[in-house]
Amino acid sequence: MKVKPDNYIALEFLSRSANEGFARTATAAFAAQLDPTLDELGDIKTAVSEAVTNAIVHAYPDALGKISLRASIFDGNLLEIVVRDWGCGIADVDRAREPLYTTGGEERSGMGFTIMESFMDSLSVRSRQGKGTVVTMKRRISQRAGRK
Amino acid sequence: MEVRTKTTERELTIGLRGELDHHSAREVVTAMERAADAALPSSLVMDFGGVTFMDSSGIAVVMRAERRMCALGGSLVLVNVPQQARRVFDAAGISAHVRMEGPPDQA
Ligand SMILES: Nc1ncnc2c1ncn2[C@@H]1O[C@H](COP(=O)(O)OP(=O)(O)OP(=O)(O)O)[C@@H](O)[C@H]1O
Ligand SMILES: [Mg+2]
Repeated sequence: MKVKPDNYIALEFLSRSANEGFARTATAAFAAQLDPTLDELGDIKTAVSEAVTNAIVHAYPDALGKISLRASIFDGNLLEIVVRDWGCGIADVDRAREPLYTTGGEERSGMGFTIMESFMDSLSVRSRQGKGTVVTMKRRISQRAGRK
Repeated sequence: MEVRTKTTERELTIGLRGELDHHSAREVVTAMERAADAALPSSLVMDFGGVTFMDSSGIAVVMRAERRMCALGGSLVLVNVPQQARRVFDAAGISAHVRMEGPPDQA
């Protein structure tokens, strides 16, 4: 049975680079209800920026396409972020997740997945060539003393 | 993103202000290359003091600056790197081989 989230937001936007800032800021604003630390908030923004930028840069290299982002809260303090595109897909996901692996030339560093992995508690990448990619990241937000 | 360049002697300082992501990286690279072409600096200082957000796009910018200074036989230093950007550099393993310092006057 699927567990229902305590709360969620769902966004859909076009793969324009101007939406990178919007996506990470909107997610951070949603995550604020968990009272994260500044480091936690920075990590979440960075991970979202990496996933969304990948969809913009790699999924739709020569076109504009649809990207969806869903952020959910489960179990009081577990933040789950799902970024989905319907673009070209990834031929070899294990290889793509390796540090420094990039098909983006010198404008990219090949560190996006490595950063998502180190900033979030878990990262899963499902992809089918020609169909698209779904990136799911989870991070449990610390429960600080002094919170209600 | 606001990019300010300043050259004194053969030291080129690039001051960045705002969010450094894929959307803004190209204008930073263009400004940096243009200033480096003009100044042929022996030292490049990238001032991150005004950077309010940075993702892996910033890593590619720094790696490019590093290659450029290597070709010129000069040095690269990043100053005033805020905590969020610092965590990104650390996660990417960049901090180990790029010089980072506090404010220039404290170094
Ligand atoms: N949504 C996606 N659709 C298609 N290919 C993707 C997608 N996300 C990642 N990739 C592929 O995986 C590779 C590695 O991604 P990763 O984010 O780690 O590095 P990068 O985007 O190339 O560089 P960086 O993120 O450091 O700027 C990409 O170069 C691309 O080939
Ligand atoms: Mg990437």
